[in-house]
Amino acid sequence: MVIDDLMEIAAKEKAARKPWVVRCCMAAGCMSSNSRGVKEALDRAVKEAGMESEVEVRGVGCMKLCCQGPLVQIDNEKPGATVEVTSVDHSPLYEKVTPEDAASLIGTLKGGKTSVESADPNQPFFTGQMSIVLANSGIVDPERIESYISLDGYDGLHHVLREMTPKEVLDTMIKSGLRGRGGAGYPTGLKWATVAKTPSAQKYVICNADEGDPGAFMDRSVLESDPHSVLEGMAIGAYAVGANQGFIYVRAEYPLAISRLHTAIKQAKQLGLLGSGIFESPFNFNIDLRIGAGAFVCGEETALMASVEGKRGTPRPRPPFPAESGLYNSPTLINNVETFANVAPIIRKGAEWFASIGTEKSKGTKVFALAGKITNTGLIEVPMGTPLRRIVEEMGGGAPDGGTIKAVQTGGPSGGCIPAHALDTPVDYESLSKLGSIMGSGGMIVMDEGTRMVDVARFFMEFCMDESCGKCIPCRAGTVQMHHMLTKILAGKATIRDLEQLEELCDMVRNTSLCGLGQTAPNPVMSTLRFFRQEYLDLLQEDTLGPGATNPPQKTVPAAN
Amino acid sequence: MAARTFTIDGKLVTAEENATVLDAATEAGIDIPTLCHLEGVYDVGACRLCLVEVTGIGKLLPACTTRVAEGMEIKTDSERLRKYRRMTIELLFAERNHVCAVCVANSHCELQALACRLGMDHVRYDYTFPRWSVDNTHTLFGMDHNRCILCTRCVRVCWHIEGAGTKNVSGRGSHSHIISDLNQSWGSSETCTRCGKCVMGCPTGALFAKGVTVSEMERDRTKLEFIVTAREKKQWIA
Amino acid sequence: MDRLKFATVWLGGCAGCHMSFMDLDEFLIDIADHIELVYSPVIDVKEYPHGVDVCLIEGAVCNEDNLEILHKIRRRTRVLVAFGDCAITGNVPAIRNQLGLKNGESVLQRAYLEGAQSNPGIPREPGIVPALLPRVMPVQEAVHIEYYLPGCPPPADRIKAVLAQLLAGTEPRLTGAQLKFG
Repeated sequence: MVIDDLMEIAAKEKAARKPWVVRCCMAAGCMSSNSRGVKEALDRAVKEAGMESEVEVRGVGCMKLCCQGPLVQIDNEKPGATVEVTSVDHSPLYEKVTPEDAASLIGTLKGGKTSVESADPNQPFFTGQMSIVLANSGIVDPERIESYISLDGYDGLHHVLREMTPKEVLDTMIKSGLRGRGGAGYPTGLKWATVAKTPSAQKYVICNADEGDPGAFMDRSVLESDPHSVLEGMAIGAYAVGANQGFIYVRAEYPLAISRLHTAIKQAKQLGLLGSGIFESPFNFNIDLRIGAGAFVCGEETALMASVEGKRGTPRPRPPFPAESGLYNSPTLINNVETFANVAPIIRKGAEWFASIGTEKSKGTKVFALAGKITNTGLIEVPMGTPLRRIVEEMGGGAPDGGTIKAVQTGGPSGGCIPAHALDTPVDYESLSKLGSIMGSGGMIVMDEGTRMVDVARFFMEFCMDESCGKCIPCRAGTVQMHHMLTKILAGKATIRDLEQLEELCDMVRNTSLCGLGQTAPNPVMSTLRFFRQEYLDLLQEDTLGPGATNPPQKTVPAAN
Repeated sequence: MAARTFTIDGKLVTAEENATVLDAATEAGIDIPTLCHLEGVYDVGACRLCLVEVTGIGKLLPACTTRVAEGMEIKTDSERLRKYRRMTIELLFAERNHVCAVCVANSHCELQALACRLGMDHVRYDYTFPRWSVDNTHTLFGMDHNRCILCTRCVRVCWHIEGAGTKNVSGRGSHSHIISDLNQSWGSSETCTRCGKCVMGCPTGALFAKGVTVSEMERDRTKLEFIVTAREKKQWIA
Repeated sequence: MDRLKFATVWLGGCAGCHMSFMDLDEFLIDIADHIELVYSPVIDVKEYPHGVDVCLIEGAVCNEDNLEILHKIRRRTRVLVAFGDCAITGNVPAIRNQLGLKNGESVLQRAYLEGAQSNPGIPREPGIVPALLPRVMPVQEAVHIEYYLPGCPPPADRIKAVLAQLLAGTEPRLTGAQLKFG
């Protein structure tokens, strides 16, 4: 494979394009409401209309407005037109499409009318978005590498291998200001540079696709919608740090993502985009899948690596950090799905372009999964620094049925609740942590007035308690006690003494736990206590048997004889 | 090997460059509480009792897995550390059924001794009173899960000193427990060599020799130490 | 000179702690001048009085009677000392908690039916055997406790140390090996 081959594939793909492309979402959300049936019906309708030579029905990835699925959109592309999406006429985004709707949708191509509901593509949910990671999502066919190549896919990898030294790639990543999208926000370039400078004959690249936060589905969508962008990012990373083997650790609960990754890896290997001597350079790189068996803690990098090695998935103390001693004790670059998906666009468009997006310390965009009490449930990608209010009220459409938003939970079980009065906070790593929450991987759960915050705290505590690996005492036994205290508070059986003890335990578990799971497990409690303390106090009962309960009260120091 | 100089609790200490903080402190006569640490097997940093404060580092670090560095200022004792250590021990007591009065290891138990040392006069958390079984199927030894603190010393001793690989951990969170082979009764294990090293390593009364009753379970660690010395120093000192 | 109004109470325990208290021997005579024993299993007082200064509580909270008197003691006493492992940890009486929700019924069956040598039958008439609580508790789970005196039983010298400090008007502090459970 050389660049000419790549261009030939792209040209062939473009030449084969039919005037009409009917894109039908085939990501997990829409598939759960029978988008496969819709796609088959569309195929039949095209056949029945005799338009097979003019119409392509394309299964694509996530089209973002998940709550209205199955989603279908029709593009009118003239043969030979450029690939930029903006130059194409789009139909409205058809919502809740059923197989019965197929004929009328295809009928619109000949000027017919359809009664299928559609979303206005000019509503804030779409116009507020800026796509880097999701640029191909909903457009590219995730099961055909040619489709990705026709959208400049693997161009970045070619550029890196043929025209850049590893050092230049590292500099580009550092200059771009990209930070880890898994939650902690560690500067990606620095991490890469650490792996690169650690001497070792063997190094690894791992993609962490063990997305486990309740309500989060960003990584799943990226893998289902545009798997090659992740493979390309990993290969670029491997070149920069000097690795020749990659692993994608993906949870078994994502069968569609796994199947698309299998397909993508196979196709990339067939074209020589993975394997030996890629683009006729001395660079070799292979990627294998490792399937997680459903433990949340395996999203923690050291636990993940233990699991890849076939051991029990429990974390170990750091240092040594994976960049120095990771998988099989070799230097290991481990990044999250979304981080890798940002890499190829940065290489293609340049560090300056990327660094011009976002805020001073948080560059680029972030994908969020909007869920909970919000009108528009789905995926959004916005520039860093977008105010939370804009995301949940304008783009998300606020709480449904005229409700009022009470709080927004970010960062999953490691995060916190941001109260309504702080909604003008710009979404970036620093601002969120100032509010006692975290960016996290991108789950955003909206709560309305009907939500009891102590319930929320207990829900997340129960999650952490169940998902604790059991290795260190504070997390294993501390989450059990915190959960017990929250249950006691909710049952109206707790006193102020219990609340004090809960806060003391939160502090202890946060400061003494071995890994991030335990260290952040108290966050939902501490953040709801910070902003909604009165809800806790209202549930307490009077402490009639506590200190000073003696009736009548007497001296407090034991009497001398 | 290069030496590193640093301070522990204000005391100037020198140690080899790859020594752990715990090694260095022990050498200097400073006693840091531990539970999962066992001389001769690798450390896992799990019990969090040996956490120490290091100037300039925001997080508490486990002494057993942290390497010394030049100029490090280590504090092994502070009000905060004492508070956390006591809470850790209390959590352990509330987690399973540690009834000292009827335990084979009473008066010879590291958990009990640490509780005394850390001033635990009562447990402030509600006891969970879980139901755990006792595995008495082995001809020589027994395992009482009620007294297990999941320090995994037995697992590490079994794999790395004896090399049998019988013991392991199954389940997660508070459901974690020590198993034999593929989660079968200890007596039916085909890999167990009946060496008893797990019993010697256990800090509590969870693993015991059959035939002992309350307070009779005293552990002889000299056998473990003998093997470890032979391995690490190539010396056969009986 | 006011004598310290002193009480001891026996909840769900084996009386071993009180036995150990008796082992104070001549120290009992020493303290006799300084305390007035107002309530105890070893004296014949039916009602727990008001205005008690110090009460040693032996035993875990096992049944409704235990809980009721413990609440009463808390309201009428200035300083409560949890006396022995049963009071502090639940100890042996609390082992039944491991049997789950129906543990009370299980132990009654064991004691009054399976173990009965004659006239098997669980005494259920009111006022005979107080109803068992679904879960045996250490005393500090039910009320606030000022001081703890562990041991099964606490040896006499340990009791002596605590009493001496209480009588001297200082905060009783047990340290090191004196804090041993079991």
